[in-house]
Formats: sequence, structure tokens, C-alpha cells
Amino acid sequence: MGYKAKFRVWRGDAGTGALQDYEVEVNEGEVVLDVLHRLQATQANDLALRWNCKAGKCGSCSMEINGRPRLGCMTRMSVFSPSETLTITPMRTFPVIRDLVTDVSFNYEKARQIPSFTPDASVKPGEFRMMQQDVNRSQEFRKCIECYLCQNTCHVIRDHAENEAAFAGPRFLMRVAELEMHPADTADRRDIAQEDFGLGYCNITKCCTEVCPEHIKITDNALIPMKERVAGRKYDPLVWLGSKISRRPKSEGTPVAVRPAAKDAT
Amino acid sequence: MTQLSEAPPRTRAQISERTLRKDPWWRTPAVVAALLTIWVLYATVRVFTGHWYWVPAYHYLTPFYSPCVSGECVPGSSSLGQWIPALPPVIPYAFVSLPFVLGFRLSCYYYRGAYYKAFWRAPTACAVREPHASYSGETRLPLILHNLHRFFFYVVVLISILNTWDMVQAFRGKDGSFGIGLGSLIMLVNVVLLWGYTLSCHSCRHITGGRLKNFSSHPVRYWIWTKISRLNQRHMQLAWTTLGTLMLTDLYIMLVASGAFSDPRIFN
Repeated sequence: MGYKAKFRVWRGDAGTGALQDYEVEVNEGEVVLDVLHRLQATQANDLALRWNCKAGKCGSCSMEINGRPRLGCMTRMSVFSPSETLTITPMRTFPVIRDLVTDVSFNYEKARQIPSFTPDASVKPGEFRMMQQDVNRSQEFRKCIECYLCQNTCHVIRDHAENEAAFAGPRFLMRVAELEMHPADTADRRDIAQEDFGLGYCNITKCCTEVCPEHIKITDNALIPMKERVAGRKYDPLVWLGSKISRRPKSEGTPVAVRPAAKDAT
Repeated sequence: MTQLSEAPPRTRAQISERTLRKDPWWRTPAVVAALLTIWVLYATVRVFTGHWYWVPAYHYLTPFYSPCVSGECVPGSSSLGQWIPALPPVIPYAFVSLPFVLGFRLSCYYYRGAYYKAFWRAPTACAVREPHASYSGETRLPLILHNLHRFFFYVVVLISILNTWDMVQAFRGKDGSFGIGLGSLIMLVNVVLLWGYTLSCHSCRHITGGRLKNFSSHPVRYWIWTKISRLNQRHMQLAWTTLGTLMLTDLYIMLVASGAFSDPRIFN
């Protein structure tokens, strides 16, 4: 049975805007994205809203629903009481283009800085062999749909924009971990994880894990194991001693983070 | 020809509210802060009390006083012997183990996240604006020292072995032969859970197998890693449960040692 739901939607562009009140029809089985589409069709034709698959797999409809980073297409209306007012805002960490659409190019810039997969040059194409247990860890991280909810909720950049240059965010530290744990990758990414991508800024509050719609254990399976690897590389004198007496294999070398070319000041 | 005006610079949505969350987001950090404060106060009082830590009849030694190595330790309570003379009262009897146990818990990945939220409000809860003007995380002193967690882990494994020895001693009756009392069982449960907490540690997970790139080349370490990983999923629960069992074990031994309660014996 349908009812009229109260919505407060942030409307505006270039950062300036305000919450506007609407009453929108809700039918059984609908999700927040359905209701926003009805709002767009019936009352606010100029409402800007990014969406694509409506199935929780494209990562487009990221927004904040009652202050919590969520996918609009994966948030059922049935979890809210019919009398409740839903507050819908854009992701707070990224600049607003218009209404609920944000500019997430920060993430693409960070992605480009990560040195790519570095296989053993002596292995020819077609000769790679990997066992399933060797790639299970990396495959968990490959479930990421790049909705950037983890990036949005991480307080390191959400509350401190000044850290954006030094901190890549959980999604891209997870990418570093994915390559670091890859059985056929020969590069040692521990130094750049700490120095260039800001792993030390993470204080493991697990907010990234909490919001991940793919239920990836970002903190426990990527960030903490990466912190432990960095501790082994930089802070463990026993490991250092082991490497000196050749009990441990030599590092294959650290790739350099790909820094973007300096922008033309003009 | 009309000239297009330049688009205004993009900025974040200016929303003045600290958070728009409507759920009781403050509740968990408040409960964590309250429970940790209670526990720290209790433990601080107990480690400096200096008595009611040993039940000679049944060989119960509270973990807060193990190992008892100084001259003032009562006879029988020093399983590792007495290495040094009596200490001033500002130094706890178990000064050998307590700094490492404390360091292990303080640098534990679960507790770090919990107390950063509960006490330091960085942040208080997810998607709730934190009150600090700047943030450097664990990149500088003193918080960069959390990277030493694995060294605390190594020492705490030794302390867990000592706790296990203390527990085995507690399965003795008044005549010195095998016996079981309620206190023995409480100490057994405490030690089992302490091992669970210690072995479920993220550093343990890394050391046993997590640091490998190829699991298929190390099947034994991979098997151990899978077991530790499964235990690791319960690390938070074990962190809290062991705080409870440590307090309960100490409280029980204090009550029996002070004569306020007599230990019910199941056998001998």
C-alpha cells in the first residue's frame, strides 16, 4: 500500500544550496532511488541525480540518506517508518556539480598514481599459473564497484580536506594491498603505501568497511594487513636483521608513485 | 557572439549540521568509553592494592599479579622466583608483565579504533564531523609507535604461557594433589579466552601467513592463516570478553583471598 513520504533533498550547485521539502508517493517494494525518480518526474524535473544499473553494481547512485553514506538503489523504503522524514544529501567529501551529483575526479587522480601490475619480465604471456588460494585475497578487493562511499565516509579527507594530497583513501589503499598481495606481482609497494598514499593516516575506525555495499572487509583484509607489511618493512628491526643475514629474500624494489604533471599555473 | 561565462569553482556541499544521522550514533562510543573507564579504574586500584591476590590453599593467583617476582610477594605466589627486593608501593607487583599487557591492548587494532572514537572523537562515529582542526593520524609520534604492536604480541605470548602455568597450578586441592574448585574453572575459562584474544590478533595473522604472497607454496602456514583468520573475525568480541573475564577472575580471587567468600570445591 502506498503512502506519501516526506523528503528533504539538498538542492544547489557549486557548494551553495539548501534542503528543500517534498512529499512523494511511495509504493510497496520501492527503494530510495525509485522515489527520487518519481520526485524528478512529478515535482522537480531539474533534480540532478546520477544513476545507472539500479542493482547495486554500478556504484553511481551514491548519496547520503539520513546522514549515512548509502546507495540509493540498495536502500529499501521499508526500513524507514512512513512518518519519518528522509534527508537526502550529496556525498559530503566531493565537490558538488549539481544537487546530488558530485565531482568524483579526485578518485580517478588517485587511481592513476598507483603503479600498475608489475609481473616478472621473464615470464612470457600464457605462462602465468596461479592457484585459487593465492588470488582469493585480491579477488575480494576486485568486488569493488567504485561507488566511493568508503572514500566519502573516511574522516581523514571528509573532515580534513587538507589531507587530500597526502591520503589516497581506503579504496586506493585497498588497490595497493591488492597488488601487494598478488602472487604474480613482483613490486614492493610497502614504502609508497606509507609515504605516497598515506596509509599512516588511517586510524582503523572501520567506517569504510561499515558503508561498503559489497561487504568487502576493507579494514581487516586490506588496510590492517598492509599496515602490518609496512611495519615489517619500516619498523621491525628483527625483519631488518633477517634481511642482513640473508634469511629473507631481498626486496624486488619499490615502484614510484605516478605523480600527475604540474598544472599550468596560467 | 555571446561569450560563455566561466563555470564557478566546485566546492563541497555547504551543510552546517555536524551530522544528519538520526540513529543513536553516540550510544556505542559512550558505552565503550564508560566500560573502558570502569575497567581501567578497577585494574589500577587492584594492581596497587598489594594484597588479596593469592589463595594459598588452592594456589589461585590473580593474573594482575603474575608473575610476582619481588621480595614482598607472599610465599608460594612467585612461580618464577623472587629476583628483587621489596619495591616501593608505586610499582605494581607484576611490573614485569603489566607494561607489555597494557601495550598489547593499547596498540591492538580493535582497541585503537574503539578508543579513537570513544575518547579522542576522531571521529565519534562514522559520518559525524570530528571536532579537531587538523589530523595526522598515526604518522607521527606518539601514535606511530602503534607499529610496534607485534613486539607486544611476542611478549604477550610468553605471558599467556605463564598464565596457563598459573591456571594449571590452580587445579590443586589443599593437600597439593589434583583438585577442582570454582576458582580453577574460572581461571581455565579466562586462560582459554586470553589465548583466543592473543592468537586472533592481526599481527599474529600477519606473522603466521598473512605476509606471504604465495599461499600455495606454504600449505601449512596457509592452513594456520585460515584458522587464525577465522578467529580474527571474533577479535572484537574476544577483546571485550577477556576484559570481563580478567576482571571476574581477579574479583573472584580477591573475594576468596580476603575470606569474603569460600571457594566451592567440586573435587578435593
